[in-house]
Amino acid sequence: MSAVTTETATETAAVPAAEPVLEASGVVMRFGGLTAVGGVDLTVRQGEIVGLIGPNGAGKTTFFNCLTGLYVPTEGTVKYKGTVLPPKPHLVTQAGIARTFQNIRLFANMTALENVLVGRHTRTKEGLFSAILRGPGYRRAEAESRERARELLEFCGLGAKADHLARNLPYGEQRKLEIARALASDPGLLLLDEPTAGMNPQETRAAEELVFAIRDLGIAVLVIEHDMKFIFNLCDRTAVLVQGRKIVEGDRETVQNDERVVTAYLGAPLEGTTAAQEDGQ
Amino acid sequence: MTESTTHETSPVLPLPANLALGAAVGGGVLAAASAAMSWTWTPAFPGDLTYYGSPAGLQWLALVGGALTALLALAAHGLKGLRWLSPSGSRNGVLFAALGTFAVCWYAVVAIAVELDGLVNLDPGGWLAAVGSLLAVLGALGLPLDRRRTVRHPELHWGLYAALAVSAVLRVGFGQGWALDAVPPGIRPIFTENLWFFVVLPAAIALFRLWRLLDGRLRIGRIERPLPAARALPGWAEILVVTAVFAVGLGVVEFGVSTEYGELFVGFLLLTAFATAALLASGAVGRLRELTARHRAVTTGAAFAAAGAFPFTQSSETYVLIGTNILIFATVALGLNVVVGLAGLLDLGYVAFLGVGAYAAALVSGSKFSVFRDLHLPFPVAVLIGAAAALVFGVVIGAPTLRLRGDYLAIVTLGFGEIFRIAMNNLDGTSGPSLTNGPNGIAAIPDVSLFGFDFGEAHDFGALHLGKNGNYLLLMLVATAVVVTVFARVANSRIGRAWVAIREDETAAEAMGINGFRVKLIAFALGATLAGLAGAVQAHVSGAVSPDQYLFSSPTPPNSAFLLAAVILGGMGTISGPLVGAALLFLIPAKLEFLQSYQLLAFGVALILLMRFRPEGLIAGRRQQLEFHDVQLPAQAAPADDVPTKAGA
Repeated sequence: MSAVTTETATETAAVPAAEPVLEASGVVMRFGGLTAVGGVDLTVRQGEIVGLIGPNGAGKTTFFNCLTGLYVPTEGTVKYKGTVLPPKPHLVTQAGIARTFQNIRLFANMTALENVLVGRHTRTKEGLFSAILRGPGYRRAEAESRERARELLEFCGLGAKADHLARNLPYGEQRKLEIARALASDPGLLLLDEPTAGMNPQETRAAEELVFAIRDLGIAVLVIEHDMKFIFNLCDRTAVLVQGRKIVEGDRETVQNDERVVTAYLGAPLEGTTAAQEDGQ
Repeated sequence: MTESTTHETSPVLPLPANLALGAAVGGGVLAAASAAMSWTWTPAFPGDLTYYGSPAGLQWLALVGGALTALLALAAHGLKGLRWLSPSGSRNGVLFAALGTFAVCWYAVVAIAVELDGLVNLDPGGWLAAVGSLLAVLGALGLPLDRRRTVRHPELHWGLYAALAVSAVLRVGFGQGWALDAVPPGIRPIFTENLWFFVVLPAAIALFRLWRLLDGRLRIGRIERPLPAARALPGWAEILVVTAVFAVGLGVVEFGVSTEYGELFVGFLLLTAFATAALLASGAVGRLRELTARHRAVTTGAAFAAAGAFPFTQSSETYVLIGTNILIFATVALGLNVVVGLAGLLDLGYVAFLGVGAYAAALVSGSKFSVFRDLHLPFPVAVLIGAAAALVFGVVIGAPTLRLRGDYLAIVTLGFGEIFRIAMNNLDGTSGPSLTNGPNGIAAIPDVSLFGFDFGEAHDFGALHLGKNGNYLLLMLVATAVVVTVFARVANSRIGRAWVAIREDETAAEAMGINGFRVKLIAFALGATLAGLAGAVQAHVSGAVSPDQYLFSSPTPPNSAFLLAAVILGGMGTISGPLVGAALLFLIPAKLEFLQSYQLLAFGVALILLMRFRPEGLIAGRRQQLEFHDVQLPAQAAPADDVPTKAGA
């Protein structure tokens, strides 16, 4: 790899010698003759917020799907806290990786609370028989689940919307609900696929706060986003994916000053530069 | 008055307010009073409507409908002491009640005139009923009704008019013979013998057009009227009200089940549908829903008590047997609702699991036609064996197919249903191993005897008499209670939420940590087990099992097609939905026998109409309502029942 891999763990003062949460090495995903992801290495450490950017069709979401077991990578391994992940989405979630979707995929006809309760599925055990018999153990577990789900709704700012159907929530709140649902599985790593798509600036700022709050809970975050301001405000490190390959990884300056990024991906001035520079190119 | 941008409150006919009210009340009273008079001079019309002072059959319906119209009109006007009947204050209820009365009275009068050849057969009572109910409708149309501002329906597609014209031409052409030249000789009889089609099709199109014209004129719509806060009643009084309502419900169901002739049942269905719409519009149903939500246990108890009281109200065993069969059908439908309504898996061969349970229980029942004729296990053990056998088959069928998505399951279950029936036919010792006695089935299953109580004999409890069928109805009711309990508890649990999540979005559900295959297999196996349980009881109730009881489709329930229809018609994912749907689907074909070969046609038309106007099912859960009618309901409010266009249907 020719990419500049500057260690920026020093910036996350909260966790000095952080262990890697996610280690993806040499992940390749081919669909027939098309190589969507061509050998990507990526490490996310405890307490980090890592960004993943790239032009449309660069393979970001495909890479996400490889991490979460939705796709089985053609080559390469994905390790979560040192163990190789099983190739099934529900087992990945059980292991501790939770995700949201680029196009919101809530359970539209369930209430917000029920959506979060579904997220609790892997952390609860009550099966068919305990549901039918309704013993004291079942009641306790159900009450705890509801308590935890309400806490998470509160945490994401949806406390008042618990009994609303997901489909009736405004767009920004649906995004928050997806995050709350993902957090319900008590993940160690949260994958956010374009969490601010379609949001106005205020909502984006609120989303930023929410991601920081999640990081402060000790959950590592890997986020795909097109909003550069959002990414560079938020992330300790950013990886740039172009045509299925990671061309650079590093902090804000490293990425912004990398020529390959400018030519291959941006082609237009970065956030913060002036229009004059655009004309100059 | 409630006014909004989409709706207004105005009369259809410009009548003076007092005149309209008077006509509605007076018409209702007249129609009700006509029940006490003779409608026709000859007892030839079914039900014998010739007596003065003693209502019979259709006259009872006129009495109830007329009284309901008058009472609702007075209640909506604000008469003290009646406000509970019309808490929303909407006048639409009056119109629905009047239309129901009108439909029943005119149906009866026209039926008398047609069946007995001529209007001379009508006595003054019949005339009075017709005039009174018409007066009530006109009066109701003069009341300030809730109406849509917009006319929703566009012009019909020109293709329909073309079809109308072509059918009419073909009718004439095939009738006179000249159009037959264009048809190969071999298939000519198809056309000459089915001329009715070329009449029914244009008639249906014309009726559709007429309905839209009428709807455009009436513009009856529903305004979301918040119910005023109810006067607080003491707890015991509320419970009393709930009990009384279920007693009335029992009376209504009993009347419907024991209708002796098709004309009366059609009238009963008409009046029930309109009366339900009327009470929905008046807000009485909404008020009742508040009550039942507050006393859930009492409501459930009252419902089961009403069902349990049914055999005691019947003197004839036949109708008790109908009640038992409805319960069997309804229980199986509720089991299917786990699979279809909650987990969203389309099972087209569900009746086979009923069959597995029934055959397994029959084999160990001690019947002398069973290959294990010396084996006579106690009834509870037989039921458990039936359920366990169905569970095994459920897992065997589900395990390979539930890994796939989409419609594969539907195809496999459809196939399984047929394989089961054919296998049962062939396991007779000649075509295959001897197990099921082939097409003759296993007959003479001994009566159940539990704790010394012989279900095969009649019992008297003081003044109460319970016949053989009554015993089995109560036994079946226990099985229904088990299935209802299981459904209610599972639906609102971790596993039930996982089912709904899978139904809503399987990919997202898996990404949330749900093992889709495992959870679907549990749903499928639970559904199969519940069907097996019902089947084991059914085998003992009917005393015989044979392969032709378990078909994909047949004119009589239970069969897979009807079961699915009961679930969808009644309301997916709810408890009362499939129960109501099953009851209707059982009664309608049974009572429409007088239509003979057109029975299934009429049944199909009824289903299409229902799905057109109420796609979420008769009793819709909150979710289904939102799914099919894209309206934004205020959260946590009572579900709004959208019945805007029932009038004149």
